[in-house]
Amino acid sequence: MQHSVQSRCKIMVRYFTRLRVRRVYKWDGTPSSFDRKLKTYFFDSLNISVEGQPGMTTVTPGQYVLIEGDNEDNPFVAKLLKFFGDESNQQKKALVQWFVRVCEVPHNKKKLLGRSPHPQEVFYYLGHTCDNEIDAESILNTVQVQYVPVDAPFPEPGIKDTLYVKLSWDTKTFKDLDPALMQDTPVPASTPPRLKPASPCSPPAAALVSLGSVGRKMPTPDPMVMRRAGSVSRTRGPVSASKAGNNEAESVHSAAKLSASKTLSTKRRGSSGVTPGVRKKLQLSIGDSPEKIMSRKDGLCELLDEEVDSEKALVTKLNSSPRSLHHGYSLSPVRSDHRPPNSLGGYPLKPTSIMLDRLSPTALGEQDFSRDMLLGMAPLILEDEVFEAGLPTGTAKTPKKRQATPRRKYFHEKATTPSRRKDSAMTAREPSLGVLAEEDSESSPMQLVVTSSRSKRKSAQLVASRIRKQLNLMGDAQELHSDDGDDDCFTPSKKDLHHSSEEDLEDEEVSKSEETAGKTTRGRLRRASTTPARTPRKPPSKKATPSTPRTPRTPRHATPSIPSRTLPARKPGNVLEEARARLHVSSVPESLPCREQEFQDIYNFVESKVMDGTGGCMYISGVPGTGKTATVHEVIRCLQHASDMDEIPTFRFVEINGMKMTDPHQAYVQILQKLTDQKATADHAAALLEKMFSNPAPKKETTVLLVDELDLLWTRKQNVMYNLFDWPTRRHARLVVLTIANTMDLPERIMINRVASRLGLTRMSFQPYSFKQLQQIITSRLNKVKAFEEDALQLVSRKVAALSGDARRCLDICRRATEICEHSAPQPSSTGLVGMSHVMEALDEMFSSSYITAIRCASVQEQLFLRAVLAEFRRLGLEEATFQQVFVQHRALCRVEGLQPLSVSEGLAVCQRLGACRLLLLEASRLDVLQRVRLNVSQDDVLYALKADRA
Amino acid sequence: ILRQRFCHQRLPEKPMGIESQHKHLLELLRRTAVHGESNSVLIVGPRGSGKTMLLKCVLRDLLEVKDVNKNVLQVHLNGLLQTDDRIALKEITRQLNLENVVGDKVFGSFAENLAFLLEALKKGDRSSSRPVLFILDEFDLFAHHKNQTLLYNLLDVSQSAQAPVAVIGLTCRLDVLELLEKRVKSRFSHRQIHLLSSLSFRQYLDNVILQLSLPPDFADAKFFEEWNDSIKNVSEVLHQVSVCKPSIKPTDLLEASRVCVADSKANILHGLSVLELCLIIAMKHLSDIYEGEPFNFQMVHNEFKKFLQRKSQSIYNFDKPVVMKAFEHLQQLELIKSVDGSTGKIHKEYQLMKLMLDHNQIMEALQKYPQCPTDVKQWALSAFG
Repeated sequence: MQHSVQSRCKIMVRYFTRLRVRRVYKWDGTPSSFDRKLKTYFFDSLNISVEGQPGMTTVTPGQYVLIEGDNEDNPFVAKLLKFFGDESNQQKKALVQWFVRVCEVPHNKKKLLGRSPHPQEVFYYLGHTCDNEIDAESILNTVQVQYVPVDAPFPEPGIKDTLYVKLSWDTKTFKDLDPALMQDTPVPASTPPRLKPASPCSPPAAALVSLGSVGRKMPTPDPMVMRRAGSVSRTRGPVSASKAGNNEAESVHSAAKLSASKTLSTKRRGSSGVTPGVRKKLQLSIGDSPEKIMSRKDGLCELLDEEVDSEKALVTKLNSSPRSLHHGYSLSPVRSDHRPPNSLGGYPLKPTSIMLDRLSPTALGEQDFSRDMLLGMAPLILEDEVFEAGLPTGTAKTPKKRQATPRRKYFHEKATTPSRRKDSAMTAREPSLGVLAEEDSESSPMQLVVTSSRSKRKSAQLVASRIRKQLNLMGDAQELHSDDGDDDCFTPSKKDLHHSSEEDLEDEEVSKSEETAGKTTRGRLRRASTTPARTPRKPPSKKATPSTPRTPRTPRHATPSIPSRTLPARKPGNVLEEARARLHVSSVPESLPCREQEFQDIYNFVESKVMDGTGGCMYISGVPGTGKTATVHEVIRCLQHASDMDEIPTFRFVEINGMKMTDPHQAYVQILQKLTDQKATADHAAALLEKMFSNPAPKKETTVLLVDELDLLWTRKQNVMYNLFDWPTRRHARLVVLTIANTMDLPERIMINRVASRLGLTRMSFQPYSFKQLQQIITSRLNKVKAFEEDALQLVSRKVAALSGDARRCLDICRRATEICEHSAPQPSSTGLVGMSHVMEALDEMFSSSYITAIRCASVQEQLFLRAVLAEFRRLGLEEATFQQVFVQHRALCRVEGLQPLSVSEGLAVCQRLGACRLLLLEASRLDVLQRVRLNVSQDDVLYALKADRA
Repeated sequence: ILRQRFCHQRLPEKPMGIESQHKHLLELLRRTAVHGESNSVLIVGPRGSGKTMLLKCVLRDLLEVKDVNKNVLQVHLNGLLQTDDRIALKEITRQLNLENVVGDKVFGSFAENLAFLLEALKKGDRSSSRPVLFILDEFDLFAHHKNQTLLYNLLDVSQSAQAPVAVIGLTCRLDVLELLEKRVKSRFSHRQIHLLSSLSFRQYLDNVILQLSLPPDFADAKFFEEWNDSIKNVSEVLHQVSVCKPSIKPTDLLEASRVCVADSKANILHGLSVLELCLIIAMKHLSDIYEGEPFNFQMVHNEFKKFLQRKSQSIYNFDKPVVMKAFEHLQQLELIKSVDGSTGKIHKEYQLMKLMLDHNQIMEALQKYPQCPTDVKQWALSAFG
């Protein structure tokens, strides 16, 4: 332990209105090491002195400390791994290993422990969901943590400050703790955790969701930020300005107090609505509730104060400050997610600036100011040796998310691509500087773009889909925040909106099911209050936003829209309903399992064409329901993201569907309309397109054209297809055509040579799904919702795979099975899951031929008639007979059965009825008795049905 | 009251015998209406099995749920009315009251309409737009439309995250799925609700009695009792009738049922002249001799002449043109039909014809024929002319 050298130390002043304790933190000693790459200094110890009290506590890595949390009586426990700070010493950071108190374990998990916990017991935290980097200034005191072997009893409750560790906790289960973990001290300090995949530095939003009700205020206890509903305000100034800083701090304090009193109630409301797990209290002094902002406008001096305030906050690590932003504007309180400290500065500013944007012009200065701040901060940020620079950046986009779902997904994917993400984040730092200078409303999307700019193709799918989601949400939220906010940089298209809203739903479903099922595994925290509030917001924003680019091409420019519903759609209430919603074909999966290879191929193809600026055709075939269109769309989404990231040149995407047009020549019209938004007749459109694709243009971007259901574009002269495939071959066309059809040999079968040759040889065929793939698809869709028994799933997938391999069918069956399960009275034996019997029933319903039941339910005379038909066939040895012949047989049968024979016209009526059901095939009825009768069912079936009926 | 009941003026309070189907469909539509989940379903059942009744009951029940009431849009299409996609599309647009509708008229070309509608449906999303119920009567006829464009698009919407729709098809064809193109089929959810009368005769009878019985709050109590008693009696009688044809619903009495089941052709025979009857008999003999081979006028005339010679009675001695006239009359009545359509080329007398009657029909008609000459009857009964 080294001492003295306080030159670089900085004094931290904190006001605890509640505790009235001011702690001063100082680095103790010179930096012990310096990480060049990250530009961080590592320190060996930290001095904490409490103002007004003599003595000083020195904490060193390896020690156990108490960390400030939301629960005054039970601060968090952690073991210090190392200290570090940035060059300017603006920030003090510590890397910790968390311990979890008993009270932080969710109630429903406590029973896993199997015994009553010791009051002073803590658990070694193995979860990956919370940030293990904390602000050093949140350290309160040291504490003793003692390892107790699993079998050994707890020591007598003696020392008050001693806690005991027996087990580890990874948010799901308790495990025996490896003593080695407790003993080796700062081992991880040597390797920054960020290099470890799945390192626990995931953003804490999802952290300890499970701890929900207990409300562990997860790690990020950035003291700056931990303001309890405005009751505490802290400022911090750079050392150079410490004096001024003090003054400012004073004024800020008063200002904050002033406004705090006003906003206290609102904030309370908002924050209490948040699930405890959410780091609700982390609110910045600026930009919280609109009321407060209003209050700011009251006086100029107050405004000034606020600016100072914001400056403070910005300069300090406020960038890390998670905040919950209450937007009265959007009806629903927008809760930006809490993010780990030191995530790059750009984004926290964003809400601020946008908020300010919306403030009256008087606040314009403030906005500029904050933008300046933004710029100023960029270098600072760059120098910040934040271990989590990567991840936070990645998640930096999410501040505006109104819910944490995506984050949850993010975790899923992060596990698979952690290193990549981090890498990319690393590289993102530099561009982010430039980016920060951008319009602040753009900043976060841009950042995002940069962030993932390095993602390689391998993980492109996951990453991009993830990003896409984020973007969607972003866009959605952005739209809410400021209508003018979205620039060309990112215009949320309708589809995007759709996604996001879908996610909303999904999220809500999940959260509901959590409530009901008491599952808090993955949790997202959502405030219950947002749920009702959010839905009504949607329709207006969607309809009103100018961002819906496509306007209908009706003569009178009417807006095509379905009248919006007067009542919000109800959310699924239980597991089965949720499963059903997820199984609906329309719910777009996060990724497409089992089509990785195809995805890769198409992606490569399109990407290379886009990169080279050349053109090409690709033909994709496969039976219905094998994911052709979905895969292509996925590819396009990925590519669009790649192009957003400037990785590949931008391109336009046009989709036409042969089924969705009335005439093959309409294809021209639709393409032209989607490309240029102008309307023309088919011939004219063809000419225009021809010109467009054959002439060189200075700044031309590649067009990707997706032609779905190609076979319907067939015309006798095939000129539509010919043109479609001919354009890509032009020199200046820059057109990539992807065609989709069902039949593999379509080019050979219906295309004349010159068309087929232009289509080229790039073909791909989607094989029907095998049962394993189907199973995987269902499982991935269900996504941990436990609604099906394993066997049942297997049965469905095997059955469908044997029949068609149609994923749609598979999902429909599952959906039907959940319905059956729901309606079958809850038997005591059943587990509430969809079992074999339900699936069997659904399969029967979908696959069993209805003919047999129809025959069984037919009337006596109809059955007799069928028998007569059979008898006549047997007599003739043919599969066809005239009605007259059959009728003779029928009479004979009637006599045998002792029934009154029918008259001819009655017999004809019977015959016609059977014909209407298509049990019999009949000739046109004007032939009367001479019409020929044929069976539409196999004779055996009829015999079987009739016999069974008899029995 | 009864007339009101039978003339489809009123829906029954509760669908009989199809409670499970009713529940299923109601649940399905409720989910569309409330949860915004898209669905597609087919209701299959023979004619007169209550498909439309079921659907109407379900819709009524659905609309009784309060919050659904203002929340759903219905589009009724009938395959017999909307005979192609163009008309159907206009009808949809009109019923949805989209913005390009001016006073019940829909403008724009077919292509424009399609694009417009699709755009409209795409704009919606699950939570915000009102669910639309598409009810396609005579679903099988829609399958005959060119390319099945309409079906494809409707089902595609129901399978993708667009405005929530429920596509309900009503058809009597059991094999309707085979009519669908494979990509259309793949998009259909393969839900079928079969309506088949699985009632036993007893149940059927009960049902009929229930339907016929007057409601207890009928004005005249005495009449009410008498009526219900007679209904019971009637149902006994009905027993015999309907045992052979339970699917035809005899209305109330044997008389009516006889009218119902009466053979139209036998009635026509009653109205024929003796000469025509003789011709028919001659034809019957001919077809007996030649085992159903077609005949021409000349043959019939010869046969007729033979008969006349044998009887040597001059009352029936008609000229050939007269007989020819009678023959043509029969043809007009469609009791005989020419075998091939090409009437023009062959001389009328040699045109091949077929008898459209059954032996039994002829014999029965002869029995009932008023004042039929005995020799004609004998001739008819004799095996050979």
